[in-house]
Amino acid sequence: MTSTAGIAPANPHEVKPQPPRGRKLTGYWLILPAALWLGLFFVIPFYSLVSASLYDPDGSVLTGYDMTWHVANFADAIGQYKAQILRSLAYAGTATLICLVLGYVLAYAIAFKAGRWKNLMLVLVIAPFFTSFLLRTLSWKLILADDGWVVGIAQALHVTNLLNLLGLTSTDDRLLATPFAVIAGLTYNFLPFMVLPLYASLEKVDIRLIEAASDLYASPIRGFFKVTFPLSLPGVVAGTLLTFIPAAGDYINAELLGNPNTRMVGNVIQSLFNTQLDYATAGALSVTLMAIIIAAVLVYVRTAGTEELV
Amino acid sequence: MNGVRRAKRWLGDHLVLGLGLLVLVYTFVPIAVVVLMSFNDSSRSRNVYKFQEFTLEHWLHPGDWAPGMADSVWLSVRIALFATLVATLLGTLAAFALVRHRFAGRSSANLIIFLPMASPEIVMGSSLLALFVSSGFGGQLGFWTILIAHIMFCLSFVIVTVKARLSGLDANLEQAAMDLYATEAQTFWRVTFPLVLPGIVGAALLSFSLSFDDFIITNLNAGQSVTFPMFVWGANQRGVPMEVNVIGTAMFLISVAIVLLVEITRRRQAKALAA
Repeated sequence: MTSTAGIAPANPHEVKPQPPRGRKLTGYWLILPAALWLGLFFVIPFYSLVSASLYDPDGSVLTGYDMTWHVANFADAIGQYKAQILRSLAYAGTATLICLVLGYVLAYAIAFKAGRWKNLMLVLVIAPFFTSFLLRTLSWKLILADDGWVVGIAQALHVTNLLNLLGLTSTDDRLLATPFAVIAGLTYNFLPFMVLPLYASLEKVDIRLIEAASDLYASPIRGFFKVTFPLSLPGVVAGTLLTFIPAAGDYINAELLGNPNTRMVGNVIQSLFNTQLDYATAGALSVTLMAIIIAAVLVYVRTAGTEELV
Repeated sequence: MNGVRRAKRWLGDHLVLGLGLLVLVYTFVPIAVVVLMSFNDSSRSRNVYKFQEFTLEHWLHPGDWAPGMADSVWLSVRIALFATLVATLLGTLAAFALVRHRFAGRSSANLIIFLPMASPEIVMGSSLLALFVSSGFGGQLGFWTILIAHIMFCLSFVIVTVKARLSGLDANLEQAAMDLYATEAQTFWRVTFPLVLPGIVGAALLSFSLSFDDFIITNLNAGQSVTFPMFVWGANQRGVPMEVNVIGTAMFLISVAIVLLVEITRRRQAKALAA
């Protein structure tokens, strides 16, 4: 778990604590209210969730659940919803990769090419946050509508045929209600989470190092892959995690832009909790999702090998 | 030869900027659609995903808004205001503790603050629901449970934002104030606080928009209450009333105005300091 600590946007070198001032206990008093709140409503709920996942599945919300340490809930949940779990990981992974490419271009442009427009561009990156997430996602329904011009152009360029071959659409005359639409929605919605950490990382890159590479006859492309990109790795790691994790748990895009065959694990958890009131299975599925994500994050952070993060 | 190199260089410089701008434009396409649809007269057709005819109706007559929408907006505004107030207060205190004080457990505190930002919302929402249900509050889901949840997820973002601002501060300024015989309280209110304020305001804005916009966690913990995002979600099943786009557009305009205002004030301050 400790390895996730370092991907906080703040640079660990910057938060070097200043020498203690005032009484020794002040720090505790200042952090106490926030710590209590997070303890009560973030840490303890996890414990509740784990215990809910071990309830006797025969209980119900009305009659109450018995705690029977029913570990089989996990096997049942995973067996029943394997397809949705794998689909969530595949969609979120694809969206994260596309976000990385698009986000890197945008972050690079802001950090190195924007000049005095830097601040304005940064504001514009977060501006979409201020219009409702749901409304923006619904907009895609209109943009990708069957008789819209996006579909028209895609058909004319035979992009729809290509997507169909890749298995991203099921028929070649539409984009909405296909895996393509869900992945496009995820990419769109989580892009800012990729851009901001990438920018923070790129901005710290010492431009003189890139110049030095070019003085030593490195081509711009070689300079980028040998100097700039490795130096931006902390941002790449932070950005991919901040994009992948929420995307893997999201169900809004799958619900609004997809079809019953694009349901993700979030849709299942949501409907088990809210509609079917099957808290035991829902809890088991939720814990499974969290466990998969933690495991994936640990492996990823180790492999990405950015020591200062771990 | 030189000309070719210069052309290549110009292209290299401008290609990346151009591509970056394209990505930026792409992020605004759906917002343009929201704005456009707020002027859409959809009364003649059932297809609400198509622009029919221009009208100012939705902007001029808020009284005719879809039933329940005004209530949902009002509920969201109240929750966002309270959540912002509490989260900003608690978060700012915690940020000061983490940057300016050394105490045992500091690094585990940093980890716990980071975790909510790294957990999928569905897991956070369902774990809170599990807590509420198991502690017997399952029947009382509504305003208070939503508020508790919102303060919880806003808190981390506030702490990180204020922390960033605070750790970027030059400690010498405070040292100088103390050297000039300012008391600890004077130093705080005259030097530290004004310098950290933009960070706190930014954190509050972020927290308001996070709270106003949250759907996944809210939906799990709202019981019978309907916030604005929940209204939109429900409306989607029946066909979205165009009035929701008015709210979306207004939210966008108001927040951009606030951000610009903050930015202008910050620049003035910076100039005043430099002078």
